[in-house]
Amino acid sequence: MDFGSLLVQQLINGVSLGSIYALIALGYTMVYGIIKLINFAHGDIYMVGAYVGFFAITTLGWGIFPALLVSMAVTGLLGMVVERLAYKPLRHAPRISVLITAIGVSFFLEYATMYFVTPTPRTFPDVFSSAGITVGGFVVNGQQLLSFAITLVLMVILTYIVQKTKIGKAMRAVSFDTETAQLMGIDADRVISITFGIGSALAAAGGVLVGVYYNSIDPLMGIMPGLKAFVAAVLGGIGVIPGAMAGGLILGVVESLVSGFLSSTFRDAAAFAILILVLLFRPAGIFGKNTQEKV
Amino acid sequence: MEPLLKSSHVVEMFGGLKAVSDFNIYINPGELIGLIGPNGAGKTTAFNLFTGVYQPTSGTIEFNGQSIAGLKPYEITQRGIARTFQNIRLFSELSVLDNVKIAFHSHVKYGVAEAIFRVGRYFDEEALVTEESHKLLSIFKLDDKAEETAKNLPYGAQRRLEIARALAAKPKLLLLDEPAAGMNPQETHELMEMIRWIRDQFSLTILLIEHDMSLVMGICERIYVLEYGEIIAHGTPEQIQNNPEVIRAYLGGEA
Amino acid sequence: MNSVQKNDLRLLVLGVVLFAVIEGAMEGGFIGSFWKLNIILIGINIILSASLNLINGYTGQFSLGHAGFMAVGAYVAVILTTNFHLPLIAGMVGGGLAAAALGFLIGLPTLRLNGDYLAIATLGLGEIIRIVIMNIQYVGGAAGFSGIPHLTTFPWVFATMLVTLFAIKNFVNSNHGRACIAIRENEIAAAAMGVNTTKYKVMAFTIGAAFAGVAGALFAHCFYIISPGSFTFMQSFNYLIMVVLGGLGSLTGSIAGAFVVTALSAALADWPEFRMIIYALALIFLMFYRPQGLFGYVELTKLAPFSRLRALKGGREE
Repeated sequence: MDFGSLLVQQLINGVSLGSIYALIALGYTMVYGIIKLINFAHGDIYMVGAYVGFFAITTLGWGIFPALLVSMAVTGLLGMVVERLAYKPLRHAPRISVLITAIGVSFFLEYATMYFVTPTPRTFPDVFSSAGITVGGFVVNGQQLLSFAITLVLMVILTYIVQKTKIGKAMRAVSFDTETAQLMGIDADRVISITFGIGSALAAAGGVLVGVYYNSIDPLMGIMPGLKAFVAAVLGGIGVIPGAMAGGLILGVVESLVSGFLSSTFRDAAAFAILILVLLFRPAGIFGKNTQEKV
Repeated sequence: MEPLLKSSHVVEMFGGLKAVSDFNIYINPGELIGLIGPNGAGKTTAFNLFTGVYQPTSGTIEFNGQSIAGLKPYEITQRGIARTFQNIRLFSELSVLDNVKIAFHSHVKYGVAEAIFRVGRYFDEEALVTEESHKLLSIFKLDDKAEETAKNLPYGAQRRLEIARALAAKPKLLLLDEPAAGMNPQETHELMEMIRWIRDQFSLTILLIEHDMSLVMGICERIYVLEYGEIIAHGTPEQIQNNPEVIRAYLGGEA
Repeated sequence: MNSVQKNDLRLLVLGVVLFAVIEGAMEGGFIGSFWKLNIILIGINIILSASLNLINGYTGQFSLGHAGFMAVGAYVAVILTTNFHLPLIAGMVGGGLAAAALGFLIGLPTLRLNGDYLAIATLGLGEIIRIVIMNIQYVGGAAGFSGIPHLTTFPWVFATMLVTLFAIKNFVNSNHGRACIAIRENEIAAAAMGVNTTKYKVMAFTIGAAFAGVAGALFAHCFYIISPGSFTFMQSFNYLIMVVLGGLGSLTGSIAGAFVVTALSAALADWPEFRMIIYALALIFLMFYRPQGLFGYVELTKLAPFSRLRALKGGREE
């Protein structure tokens, strides 16, 4: 393949990978926006989502769409349970304590899952490869189309919820100023819980899509995409929802270009390099605002 | 006489908001000056400008005849300005004694290697720091609480510890941000005596922000009044008390 | 001799006695080769957790990149000993210096960040170090560096561990260490008291990295082969668990944490999932009920009977 076609093909791969990062990044960014926590366990929530989808398709013999929905529901509930049990008791603890707890939750989800499903990777059934289109000589396969479409639909729904519904307004209010929101009669605990639920459901969708895309899932699959999605959230401006979408797409494209033109071993390094550059030169991210501590 | 601290035409903008504008004050060596004004007038912003926490948007600040604009907070402290904080910022998990010891930081000369191998000046200087810290604590009636954790002190004692700690940095100019906040009249009265006494004892110059007018009028030699980031009056306590602008600013209306 | 020096001497004697007992048991054949290796690993992990504690616990800068510095120390050391046939001590010094230099270079820009941002940035940098090593063919790339002489012995590890602990203890009990602790407690107040906060954050980070490099050198010479896979951020998490479990800002805690975690890992070697589930629950419950860890901000030497002894003799401080 010549340079031009390789570039276009890598862009296509990058956007579909990036849309999955974006789905996970949304959960990070929403949770960070609302309780200032880097939820290290978010990548593992995504892994659980992939397994729920896997069992719905293989054991229950369901189609991809019902499996996706049930995975989002179950995993969303798991996210709320995790928040209730592990994070809510630490609402007024130092942020570092909550961060360490999140690392603990992450380990727990990874190894508890490993105990139940064994560490062996599972082959995700081939549910969507027959479809696929060719545009001007470039192949967009069925899995890529599915990732695009589902990500797009979920993002439209999310934007609607956040902008137009009562709960969305409450989420924005709590994220802006928790105490004032509470004084205005908003039940902050409930809003935080729902935020975890929505974020986890989106991650679950990402998990199922990755299963479809790469055909393989394992209990530690969430670690790297989890970190990458965090990078995407920071890149877009943590706490900013359109930022997470843009950050995910940019990161996916950069990674695809690095593995296509440089070496796939540098792919992970590229993501972390972006993270560090953003933190050093524009810590608020592309869409964020800078703030300073009051003395 | 050359002023110890002098600010000329200082402006501080936060985004589009002018927190302080055309701020001109001078403080002569040995003076005890008050800075008063309604909440949100920009008093603490002025302190933050003098101590390098904020950089002035425009204008100059001179200390001891040299410009200090652009210096970092620790550099300004090392040149001789120390401060207390309105919202107490003690090292709350550390002992009262350690709080004071830390403030001697720039006056301890032994290096890292001397510390790790415990040779050279290490033992002598540590003994000196401990001794001087105890002296300061006893001035502020905190010596019997030296081993207590700072956060467990009563509020008034925490304010006194903040002053003791600032003095350990051996400043020429001491900035006190609402030193009497949260104190009862008895404590405030003792604090007034204390401030006067340390000014003479340590040959200090003091600038203080305070809402308690009995304290300000009782000990300050000159007073600046700040409103909406601008100085609206300047003079002796008597002049300030009779200044119609000040009365208007404090009581509101068209006095 | 003053009371501080007497206390140091007491600790030193305690260390030597402990060494004699363990070394005797090893030489006498009372300890099998599996536990011999694990006792050596406990010593190395004490160096790592104590040095991470200087950064995270004493200075309050939350770093998750310790495995990266350890990797640099390990690789520089094995190049010196294996390719250049230098003795172990040269490898340790070289590894320590290389890690310190890298710590300095990384610390200077990143320590402007705070809290969880610093955590994630150091995690990323640790991973970048590992990925870079993975792409250097001279040190074997992803397959690893093999043919390393087995030079690490218990006396070497124990002596290095003692030196590390004394160095960090003396540092934190000095004007310089107080500056670091002040930064942890309240960075704005520390600067207002004349502490050059950037300088001391970078200093703590560099010293911590140096000891991590030395520990990496000792670690590498326990095995015939090392690979980048031994230095992932999961390893950094492991040292974090030791520090947090033992107690932030307590060297006694770092020793206890390294001992408990390493011994537990060895005992549960055949049930890796259980081991990790236990760690996970331990971390969570620790944060709920004892966030300061087993020995948070407290040293055993400050508790009875040490302090009672000092009180009798009229000693002060330490």
